[in-house]
Amino acid sequence: MAEPAASSESYSGMAGLAVSLRGVTKVYDNGVNALGPLDLDVRKGELVSLLGPSGCGKSTALRLIAGLNAPTSGSVRVSRGVGQSRAGHSIGFVFQEPTLMPWTSVRENVRLPLKLSHAPTAEANARVGDALIQAGLAEFAEAYPRELSGGMKMRVSLARALVTDPDILLMDEPFAALDEITRFRLNNDLLSLWRNLRKTVIFVTHSVFESVYLSQRVVVMTPRPGRLSAEIRIDAPERGEEFRTSAEYAAYCREVSHALAPLQSGQPGS
Amino acid sequence: MTSLQTPPLSAEPAAPGSHALRLVRVLLPIVVLAAGIALWELVVRLNNIPPYVLPAPVAVFRTLIADWPVLSQSLATTLVTTFEGFVAAAIGGVALALLFNQSKWLEYSLFPYAVILQVTPVIAIAPLLLIYLPQQTAVVVCAWIVGFFPVLSNTTLGLNSVDRNLAGLFQLYGASRMQTLRYLKLPSALPFMLGGLRIAGGLSLIGAVVAEIAAGSAGAGSGLAYRIAESGYRLNIPRMFAALLLLSAAGIVIYGLLALTSHLVLRRWHESALGKEN
Repeated sequence: MAEPAASSESYSGMAGLAVSLRGVTKVYDNGVNALGPLDLDVRKGELVSLLGPSGCGKSTALRLIAGLNAPTSGSVRVSRGVGQSRAGHSIGFVFQEPTLMPWTSVRENVRLPLKLSHAPTAEANARVGDALIQAGLAEFAEAYPRELSGGMKMRVSLARALVTDPDILLMDEPFAALDEITRFRLNNDLLSLWRNLRKTVIFVTHSVFESVYLSQRVVVMTPRPGRLSAEIRIDAPERGEEFRTSAEYAAYCREVSHALAPLQSGQPGS
Repeated sequence: MTSLQTPPLSAEPAAPGSHALRLVRVLLPIVVLAAGIALWELVVRLNNIPPYVLPAPVAVFRTLIADWPVLSQSLATTLVTTFEGFVAAAIGGVALALLFNQSKWLEYSLFPYAVILQVTPVIAIAPLLLIYLPQQTAVVVCAWIVGFFPVLSNTTLGLNSVDRNLAGLFQLYGASRMQTLRYLKLPSALPFMLGGLRIAGGLSLIGAVVAEIAAGSAGAGSGLAYRIAESGYRLNIPRMFAALLLLSAAGIVIYGLLALTSHLVLRRWHESALGKEN
């Protein structure tokens, strides 16, 4: 596979855009046509959900943006923050599984990105400490991942993604495996993080309710190969329990479900 | 009686029950061993079997004590050989696995030969080695040949079992080859590596014994296997048994030590080292 750097370029002149995909397709080595062509723009500071049935290429799109895979064709542009030289620094990635190193403590797991970039020890310590407090993990710093619940592990994963202070946070169905109560709590945590830090967040999910609750914009994708099927803007400034139980929320959910419905039978709608 | 005792036993909380179970698991084999030895002693005494046909356990223990100066020296020799072979196998196996992991070309070129070395019975190679190498070296090489393969194949398996997403994470953060190896691949491979070492420990002993037996008539080897062969020629059967006893004790201790090491290294994080309750 080609080096991702060849096709995922960075442009400073992407006025206001954090991520821009143009005609991106991905055909895997085994011949599976996973994605596209897909056009997608994400503004800086925006929280966007990619919603679609399993295997619609949502995760593939995320991996392309992260530079973990190279697109078969098309261009992937990711804006770079000021003074950041390495592309990896401006992107944080949260996987569906917590993806922690089981052999070391929470603290060392969160420190990993800094260790890999040879950050000075004192600075790394401070940042790790901040990230742990931010994620509510301060008292679990020396615990091992197996000693934590699923929700706590996900918090560690989130803290690790945020420790480098990235501009863009990519989340691949991060809360899909959690129980609903934990998921609600983490959704709220994510929203308050996003409000405070103003990161660009691209959130992949297969939950209509989650996508409406979290995002400013829901991008509905078709099954394989994943294409853009519908875009729904969620214009609700206040998010919280009140929003979750409002008629407005229900209406948005209905709208998104309708956009998703024709896709269930395998016929891409438009 | 038993039907009366059963209800209170099952009504007991789980913890003492599992404790009793553990005690039973330790005690049962000991009881079986004691019964076996007693039966053996009895059969020998009742039938008046002469010691050069089958020595009684008491006679074996007496020989063990009487011949301790000779046997202990042989034990030390065999243990040193085993240890050298084991260390060579551990270093060689891990080093080869790392090389293979870094270069597919090396792996493709050399792995078949590692397999050939493994599948060829060491007892057949030993005489050849004894021709070309000094005896002590040949014996260590034999121990190495049988020991290194499980380390190599297990470590290779471990290095290839890295979590894909974690590997992606390392890629995302631009980790160098060395960093990926040190912080990701080696820790992932550690449980597998320790499993390989545990097998290699026992095999090194076998390799050492095989080589000693092959070398037996050729030189002045004084390992336990040599003592067994020598005692066989002299019809000193009690000493054969005593030496055999020491060999299996050595094997048990080696296995126990390696299992303990593995447990201590992995106890905080690996599934294999955790109790069922956690």
